[in-house]
Amino acid sequence: MNIQELIEHIENEFDELEKGKLQSDSSIRDMEGWSSMHALILIALVDNHYDVLLTGEELKNVFTVEDLYQVILKRGT
Amino acid sequence: MGSLFGKTEDEIFKITGIRNRCIRDEHQIGSDLGLIAAQKLLTEFPEFVEKIDLLIFCTEGLDYKAPTTASTLHYKLGLKEDCACVDMPMGCAGFVYGLSLAKSVLLGEDATCALFITADIPSSVIHSEDFEMRAIFGDAGAAVILENSHQGKIGRFVFGTDGSGAENLNVENGSTRNQIDEKWLKTYENEPGKLSHGRMHMNGLEIVRFSLQKVPALLEQVLLKNNVEFEEIDLFIFHQASDFILRSLQRKCKIPSEKFYTYFEEIGNTVSCSIPIAMRQAELEGKLKRGYKVLIAGFGVGYSWGGTVIDY
Repeated sequence: MNIQELIEHIENEFDELEKGKLQSDSSIRDMEGWSSMHALILIALVDNHYDVLLTGEELKNVFTVEDLYQVILKRGT
Repeated sequence: MGSLFGKTEDEIFKITGIRNRCIRDEHQIGSDLGLIAAQKLLTEFPEFVEKIDLLIFCTEGLDYKAPTTASTLHYKLGLKEDCACVDMPMGCAGFVYGLSLAKSVLLGEDATCALFITADIPSSVIHSEDFEMRAIFGDAGAAVILENSHQGKIGRFVFGTDGSGAENLNVENGSTRNQIDEKWLKTYENEPGKLSHGRMHMNGLEIVRFSLQKVPALLEQVLLKNNVEFEEIDLFIFHQASDFILRSLQRKCKIPSEKFYTYFEEIGNTVSCSIPIAMRQAELEGKLKRGYKVLIAGFGVGYSWGGTVIDY
């Protein structure tokens, strides 16, 4: 697993994102049209690709792609 | 509904995967819908009326504290007196639990023919401003007849319960522990019916987590208990929770699209009725045929979950 792979997964999942634009320090929540639905999509995405079921508490502290990556790394070990 | 929430119908469809839901008439309650479904079924198959000696009614909105709603349905349907009647206040897993009860009594030879009715009216407990729930849930009734025969078979069941999840999906007030009082009626005086059945609350994020955690494991356990390989299942019919949950489960469980039946675009999440309605619709569409192995899985409020394999 690496952060670029995570970025690609997020870009593939979210129609609103233009491919190749998302960076590790990009704020996911500032994405146009961000809603609670996107939080659910992130949970399912991470569960599907990394077998990590994020909690609501963990998600509250995720702002950037890097934040999300670190949570997955921590939970995956 | 779109105009109420500043969204177009297409935008709501994109978010929910649902175009329509059926909402009860103002004075209809669950058993009224269940009665309509049962009457329709018995009109189609009148030969069963004299045979039914077990009536199970599954709903989260019983008519009375007493008597059982099943006994009032029994009277309205004109069933014979030597018939057991039982209520089952279950939610989205209710159809699976009711099937299990019917199967047990029939195989125990304490009854010969079961009428199993499910009906739920979630619209009665949803606040008009709760967009997420209003967009998803629909009212419905469904009925099935089961009897011992050489055609078809209901397999072994797997059940699960986690009461710690109650806080994530529940109906506040409206029953014995927390009753509707004057303050409540004042608070909701502008709501249809003043929410006098209670108010439903749902933590969507936690329900998604619960579904992703429990249903794939349930599927594996059901296959194992029934000694059936994944590839042998002809059709998977899960509780029609939401478009998002179903798509996520299909992906996680790696179920091919042609074997994963969904039916909620036109009716939404109909709680205990979603599986029997989906089975009927699949049959009408020619996607469920006699001889198929069908894996059904119910999951939701409680938390509760259950599944089995039906040789249809």
